[in-house]
Amino acid sequence: MLNELTNSPLFGIALTLGIYVLAQMLYRRIGSIFFNPVALSIAGIIVFLLLFRIPYENYATGGRFILFLLGPSVIALGAPLYSRRQEILCRKGPILLGVLAGALTSILSASGIAWLLGGSREVILSMAPKSTTTPIAIGIVEKIGGISPLTAAIVVLTGCLGAICGPEFCRLLGIREPAAMGLAVGTAAHGIGTARMLEVDRLGGAVAGLAIGLNGLITAFILPLLFVFFR
Amino acid sequence: MVRGFAILLLLQFLGEVISLQLHLPIPGNVIGMGLLLAALTAKIVRLEWIEDAAELLLSNFALFFIPAGVGVMVYFDLIRREWLPIGAALVFSTFAVMAVTGWTERWLEKRGGRDVE
Repeated sequence: MLNELTNSPLFGIALTLGIYVLAQMLYRRIGSIFFNPVALSIAGIIVFLLLFRIPYENYATGGRFILFLLGPSVIALGAPLYSRRQEILCRKGPILLGVLAGALTSILSASGIAWLLGGSREVILSMAPKSTTTPIAIGIVEKIGGISPLTAAIVVLTGCLGAICGPEFCRLLGIREPAAMGLAVGTAAHGIGTARMLEVDRLGGAVAGLAIGLNGLITAFILPLLFVFFR
Repeated sequence: MVRGFAILLLLQFLGEVISLQLHLPIPGNVIGMGLLLAALTAKIVRLEWIEDAAELLLSNFALFFIPAGVGVMVYFDLIRREWLPIGAALVFSTFAVMAVTGWTERWLEKRGGRDVE
């Protein structure tokens, strides 16, 4: 009975929306960044599924419908980019070089630290594209020979971390200007970080969306070249 | 609203076609974002046509990542096996990227701004 009920798309969609609404209420009530609605919802749903022994596949039957909306949302990021094009174009040099520096830092520090701490070759390779958006990261990892499901998990965790404390960390470092903050959070924490930036500031969110695309482009081109020596 | 969704989905589809046909490492949705920007700039698509749909999607952007995040539960064992290299690299690297990116942007912009003034 439970299996039949949870295997319909209705279950996954209702559970996700329900828990997300609760997580948002909690976040607004408490106001602490550690109650990030995305991270909280993910944790809440996992606990729910484990508690009632519902297989992930059943949840995903409905989850897929929500995940689908990620596609048109990425397209929609073009709209704020267009509205704020003047503010973005006047700093195109700093934006491009900032993302380039961030992309190199991400690849080298993620794989370098994993290597120093004795990570296996597969883990080192799977860590390398961690700051790019999920579909790009998986494409890259399949090319260089990591474990793509592990990369997908690492990418989501990276995004949650950046979304939870990205804007606060930037302010701590004196990066207060919305475009620079958006660039930093978008480059480090792709779409989940962008979602948080959209709440903080619309220009910041638009620049973060741009950073997802740029970081993906740059990483997709340089990472396979860098890892030629690692085979 | 429906017109906006139709345009967004059409551009996403075009992006997927371009990504597949040209064997690009860039996913179709990122190409689609570029296509929308181009279509708006060329005035083929008017901002009013897509504004409502885009606003609805972007104000709920975070929600759409949740199912991907729940997928983490399938790989718990994999992560537990090498939690130290994975965890340390993930945390340190994420903060390092934000610092380097943000500082680079600020530094270059301040330098550029001084030249203009």
